[in-house]
Amino acid sequence: MAAFEPKIVAFVCNWCTYAGADLTGTSRIKYAPNVRMIRLPCTGRIDFMLILQAFGQGADGVIVSGCHPGDCHYTAGNYHARRRWILFRRLLDFLGVDLRRIHFAWVSAAEGAKWAELVNEVAATIRELGPYDTFPKRLACRPEAVEVA
Amino acid sequence: MPRIGVFVCHCGENIAGTVDTAAVARAAAEFPGVVHSVDYKYMCSDPGQNLIKQAIREKKLTGVVVAACSPRMHEPTFRRACAEAGLNPFLCEMANLREHCSWVHERTAATTEKAIDLVRILVEKVKRNRPLYPINVPITRTALVLGGGIAGIQAALDIANAGHKVILVERQASIGGHMAQLSETFPTLDCSQCILTPRMVEVAQHPNITLYTYSELERLEGFIGNFRAVIRKKARSIDETACTGCGACIQKCPTKKIPSEFNAQLGMRTAIYVPFPQAVPNKPVIDREHCVYFKTGRCKLCERVCPAKAIRYDQEDMLIEVNVGAVVAATGYEVKGPDFFPEYGYGQYKDVITGLQFERLASASGPTQGVIRRPSDGAVPQTVVFVACAGSRDPAKGLNYCSKICCMYTAKHAMLYRHKVHEGRAYVFYMDIRAGGKMYEEFVRRAIEEDQVNYIRGRVSRIYERNGKLIVKGVDTLLNSRPVEIEADLVVLATAMVPQPDAEQLAQRMKVSYDEYGFLAEAHPKLRPVEMNTAGIFVAGACQAPKDIPESVAQASGAASKVIALFSKEELSREPLVAVVNRCAPPEYSTCIGCFLCESACPYQAIEREEIRTRDGKLIKTVAKVNQGVCQGCGTCVALCRSKSIDLQGFTNEQVFAELIAV
Repeated sequence: MAAFEPKIVAFVCNWCTYAGADLTGTSRIKYAPNVRMIRLPCTGRIDFMLILQAFGQGADGVIVSGCHPGDCHYTAGNYHARRRWILFRRLLDFLGVDLRRIHFAWVSAAEGAKWAELVNEVAATIRELGPYDTFPKRLACRPEAVEVA
Repeated sequence: MPRIGVFVCHCGENIAGTVDTAAVARAAAEFPGVVHSVDYKYMCSDPGQNLIKQAIREKKLTGVVVAACSPRMHEPTFRRACAEAGLNPFLCEMANLREHCSWVHERTAATTEKAIDLVRILVEKVKRNRPLYPINVPITRTALVLGGGIAGIQAALDIANAGHKVILVERQASIGGHMAQLSETFPTLDCSQCILTPRMVEVAQHPNITLYTYSELERLEGFIGNFRAVIRKKARSIDETACTGCGACIQKCPTKKIPSEFNAQLGMRTAIYVPFPQAVPNKPVIDREHCVYFKTGRCKLCERVCPAKAIRYDQEDMLIEVNVGAVVAATGYEVKGPDFFPEYGYGQYKDVITGLQFERLASASGPTQGVIRRPSDGAVPQTVVFVACAGSRDPAKGLNYCSKICCMYTAKHAMLYRHKVHEGRAYVFYMDIRAGGKMYEEFVRRAIEEDQVNYIRGRVSRIYERNGKLIVKGVDTLLNSRPVEIEADLVVLATAMVPQPDAEQLAQRMKVSYDEYGFLAEAHPKLRPVEMNTAGIFVAGACQAPKDIPESVAQASGAASKVIALFSKEELSREPLVAVVNRCAPPEYSTCIGCFLCESACPYQAIEREEIRTRDGKLIKTVAKVNQGVCQGCGTCVALCRSKSIDLQGFTNEQVFAELIAV
């Protein structure tokens, strides 16, 4: 049997972390290929249902990353995300979600190396934790519920 | 049924070197809804783009995924190509196989697998994309300029000369700002008023400029192209149209001992006054706080002598409402009172003055007609000490930042003093000489070498009086930190430049951001230096950061050209990636429950309230509505919405959930 390779979903903002990950690319810094990035305009756009959905779809880990506090392209979206996360993590904990599988980070457009480090670090952590098969599936909506165009 | 086309780019060897692009194209062809999938060496090249256009036409594609580089690189290219082939550009998405895959991973099966996943994610997204159309908002082609200093004057003139209407609002009774107070300007030593006053007159006479002096911005609402401003025109107590500016009232006014703001408290003015002789408009104003009539109900001398019968004691503040399309904030600076350095004795010793006060002493229009006389006894000082960085670059007691202009004006002051008092001695205490600028370094060298100003590198610890002299105790750090003591007749402090005391309130009124000091924050320090983060509001001059006249003028012209560019079209066209509140058929009309959480979260005040009424006007419900001219598309409201009634075009819940399912 092949070694376990985790599937990680990253929710990133368009202006800082997406651009930062672009910089990782232009700098040719290598990192673990386990991550799938979902581009959003801002971390403020991240409805936490999205995070649950990611786990529901079989993600073993989630990264949420946006602009550093104070640098938000939309002035304050990342503050909203941070505040929401502070509240949400307690709720998730209560619901039995493994908080070690969610990583909140700030990666700016200039921090290509930091993005690579972050992904490697998270990949290593999740690899150690193993597949996330204990996720309470009832927390996410079933794929059929999403209307297919 | 969706008909999606997938176009996998090799980017030469950049992608194909690590990712098996042919395998990606083959895999994509199997995705549900994909009817066309190819790979090609350079998708962004003309033949590559033609491949896409041809497929759109021949296969009647309803969506396109280009699996190539970062959308930050070529999304506009491919969206344009789609549009040229008749497909709505917002039905094109890019999978980032280069920056996020081939460049950051090794050539392994896992890398190709990731590439396939990335394409699948975007295919699922693009299936749910909807055609979007640019948002057009009309533009009121009138600009509001706040502040009538040199920055505001320059911006107003530039915009007006381009043929647009300008409303210039100045808080003081005259335009001119701080520049009108200056004696000569560095590094050319040309007379400040001589170069400024013609501009002031030009403003007053310009057919496109409406000037409101003694007025302030009361309120600002609306959004780019469509602002509504309320200006408070303070009661001048004068009928400006009747007044001829003869000045008879000023001559007769019995209250003559009010420290003149224009002369930086060094001269006196009357209660009815014009700030300075070249004022524009040259119409007096009654200072109600000091006027005998307003204090006691008696006097009315000015009314009696006024030949034009222009005095209006009962005049009240007027609120003027104007519609404007853009705003330029040019509210300028103040000099910090050096009161935070009690050891320098400002306020305690009359002959310790600020740089701005020295300007008035050196100015031909000043209280001493340009003869350098010290305030205490009117004697010509024989030794003058200039202290640079009084408050600037001093995290311990003052401000962290460099006020930028002090090195230059201190050199100028010392030079002017030496030109006027040939036998006098001038000393400058400085930390560093920051003379970056055209002819600036040469100017400072001239002060030191030709005009023999003594520059001492070190700070002043204390200033105190002894036998009628001001003893300046400092240190010379270039001479083994030897203590220095100078007996001076006059001390000039180059006090820090600070924002206007009410800069923060103004910023809040305009809903723009400001920094920890109260300077207005530009949208980007490098690339958007004259724009504020609120679209349609621009910034010029020292209200943004300490700067000198040439920089203020350059920034003002920059802001003006931004306004002119905005006004060059009748309608503003914007990307439609904005939030929308759903609407549906009766009896729901909208699933919005009207909690307005979105309103509190929106950083741009883009949420409005919309009342849904029956045909006979009965209110059914109040729901949120997004002002598409203001919305910048961050989506914070979407994540917050309790009833999931608001969605972000281009990043809808449906799209993002579909992306996740494809992961």
